[in-house]
Order: sequence, then C-alpha cells, then structure tokens
Amino acid sequence: MITIIDYGLGNILAFVNIYKRLNIPVQVARTVEEVKGSDRLILPGVGSFDYAMTLLDGSGMRAALDEMVLAKRVPVLGICVGMQILAGSSEEGKLPGLGWISGKVRGFRSIAGFNGLPLPHMGWNDVTPIVGNGLFSGLEEAARFYFLHSYFLECSGKEKPLAFAHYSMDFCCAVQSGNVYGVQFHPEKSHGWGIQLLKNFAEL
Amino acid sequence: MLRPRIIPCLLVHNGGLVKTVQFKDPKYVGDPINAVRIFNEKEVDELMVLDIDASVKGLEPDYVRIKNLASECRMPLCYGGGVKTAEQVKRIVELGVEKVALSSGAMEHPEVVSEAALQVGNQSVVVVLDVKRSRLGGRYEVYTQRGAKKTGRAPVQIAMEMERLGAGEIVVNSIDQDGMMKGYDLKLICQVRESVGVPVTTLGGAGALGDMSEAIFKCGVSGAAAGSLFVFKGKYKAVLISYPTRAEKDALWRKA
Repeated sequence: MITIIDYGLGNILAFVNIYKRLNIPVQVARTVEEVKGSDRLILPGVGSFDYAMTLLDGSGMRAALDEMVLAKRVPVLGICVGMQILAGSSEEGKLPGLGWISGKVRGFRSIAGFNGLPLPHMGWNDVTPIVGNGLFSGLEEAARFYFLHSYFLECSGKEKPLAFAHYSMDFCCAVQSGNVYGVQFHPEKSHGWGIQLLKNFAEL
Repeated sequence: MLRPRIIPCLLVHNGGLVKTVQFKDPKYVGDPINAVRIFNEKEVDELMVLDIDASVKGLEPDYVRIKNLASECRMPLCYGGGVKTAEQVKRIVELGVEKVALSSGAMEHPEVVSEAALQVGNQSVVVVLDVKRSRLGGRYEVYTQRGAKKTGRAPVQIAMEMERLGAGEIVVNSIDQDGMMKGYDLKLICQVRESVGVPVTTLGGAGALGDMSEAIFKCGVSGAAAGSLFVFKGKYKAVLISYPTRAEKDALWRKA
C-alpha cells in the first residue's frame, strides 16, 4: 500500500490517480493511524521550505512519520520541496528540516559558478540517472522530468546521488540514503517518465 | 538541456472553454475537463487555464473547478482568474495547482505577491500582464479587467516591480495580437524579457509553431503559450485540439 501524506501541500490527487491507473493500492494519510499502516510513503510538496515544515509539524503526523522512517525503515519518497525538507536545513528558510538525510538545501543563486540563467529553474529537463538504481529502472535513456524550483539538495557525501540534471551546472536531482528517497522534479506531472518512476518506487 | 515550454492556454467563460479575438467575441470551443484529457494524451509541457469571468464579475476563484482540473491534469497547471489574496493563492496550491497567476490582484495590491511568495514559494507565483499598444506613439500599457481598465503603467516597469516582490514568472499577453494568429509582438516580449531575471512566457498571437521558436530564440523567453493555435484548424477555425509531438518540438529547437 502506497500512502500519500496529505499535510496540505502538493498534488495529492495526481498521485492517487496515477497509482489507481497502475492498479497499485494507494491511500491518502491525514492522521497518525493512516500513516501507521503503510509500507511506502510519499511526501509531496509545492511551496517554500518553512511553509512546508510549518504545515507538516502542524499536521499531527510528524512523530508518527519519524518513527515509520527512522525506526521502522519504511521507504519514503520526497517530491520537490518534499525532497528538500528531508534535509536538516535550507538557505530558503529558518526552520529546521526533518533531518532524515544529511545534505543541505542550497539556492542556485548562492552557488559561485551559477551563470545567471533565469530562476526559478522551470520546465522540462533531461535527467541522467546513475547506472543500476531501481528508482530509475527503465528511465536510463533520454528521460525528461518537469522541474519548478530555485533551491536544490546539495549532497554531503553520505547520501547516494541517484540522478543528475544540468542547469548552468550539474546538480543532484534524485537522492537516496537507506530507505529515504527524494526527487527534485515532479514525477506526478511528468507524463510517462513520471509514471514509470512512481511505479518503480512502488516496486522497490 | 532545459527545454522551452510550449503551453496551451485555455480560457474559461460561463463554465465552458472559449477563445477570444483581441479579448473580445468569445467563441465556445469545448468542455474544460475534456480538453485537459486530450492534452494529457498529447503530453503537453504545461497547461494554463484562465477564468476570464472571475475578476470582471468580482467572483472568488471556483475552487471546485480548480480541484477537478488539477486532479485530471497529468502535466503542470497554471491557474488564473479572480485571485486577489495570498490566502486564495495558498488555497489553490493546496488543491494541487503548481502555479497561480495573478493579474489585477497583483496590480491593485502588490503586497499580495510578496505574501504569496513567502508561503507557497516564488516558483508558484505568476503575474500576467495584459498589454495594449497605444494607437498614437505605439506605447505599451498594461490593462486589467479583460482589457477594460488602464493601469497607466508600462509592462517593463510592472514586470520589474513584480520580480522584486517575488513573482517567479511573468506572462506577457498582448491584447492586440490575441486571436489574430499573426505572430507574437516580439518588440514587447524582448523588452520585458531583458528587464527581468525570472522566466518570461509569451502569450497572444501565435499562428504557427515557427512564431514560438522565433520568440524563444530572438527574445529568450522560456515559455511560449497559445490559444487559437492549439484549438482551431484551418481558415474557418473549426474546433480541433492539436499539439506538436515530441519529435516536432525537438525539431523546432534543432533548427535554431
């Protein structure tokens, strides 16, 4: 059972619709009880870092999620700002993140080599996966995903980058640390490529 | 490589989809949800849906419609129409919309742009500028209320202000070119693009895919939007939804 965490951000129904079409059992969690039964979690997101953390902390599900992810090691996939809040902090905000992975969220603008392309990074970009990871199975060739962000997760070296994209510089757009996964792009809005990735996550 | 976005723009009027000419004479072209389903199959880059009644009639955004659209869309959605407060922007994002467009709401209360950007992030706050060229002198001016109300301000000036306040994208919509299918107003588009560092999307006038690649390569816009081009076919404007294939889009970028 895939559980989409509904803490008030992101396109919950788009995920539900995709999994229904794939005939993969899916539910939406708004309470601790609904979180507890799941064996795959998706943490969606559209928004700013602090706003996402404020909503998640206020949702009542935070402690149950910490337990599921850190103690029970249930696989979790963070999407967009849902990926960024997996980290401990962000240049975008002041609040601490979930701290489930050790990298830090940086703004493109604060990177010395960034050459002044328009921000946010908005639109369809090529994604190059690292060979041999299950999340990108079947997406090794010419996969494109939809991006909409000005910040990204800078790996600390402890996490495993799963894929890179290029926008003035190469940046890690998918990451894994044990049972914790994150993608910066929006698979729920990336046509067949996104559907394949969400299917892969269900089958990991 | 980041690809420029080719964006169908759908106008909602009296619950149905319409296409206008110079913001007038709305012609019925179909049902919104049905159109979204067709665009899903065609794998469009992004979809823009603008409710052209809400601001004129002073209505709240239609949240039921927005929710239905957002859950049906398998591509990113930008929604506009009647958005006046940061609270409304937030609510629309919570319904699963990636980007919310403001127009008169942002001109009348610019602080709404900052408030909204702080909450939902600037990537989700879009400002649409409806621009008309004056008959004498050819000066550009931004209008609101479906072209009925003058703001007295130039598009470049407003675009810069909106970027500073936190808008993450500027959509430049030419009232003069709307529905004419004779190409974008490149002078206008280039002016705005050069004045801001956020992505600029052009709307109003595209009659062929070549018009889009022209705006992309001459002005550096990152999005090219169109209504008529994707809903009409032939000189009698029969309603037929179309959209370039992935190969056709890739060919456009290679040609340049």
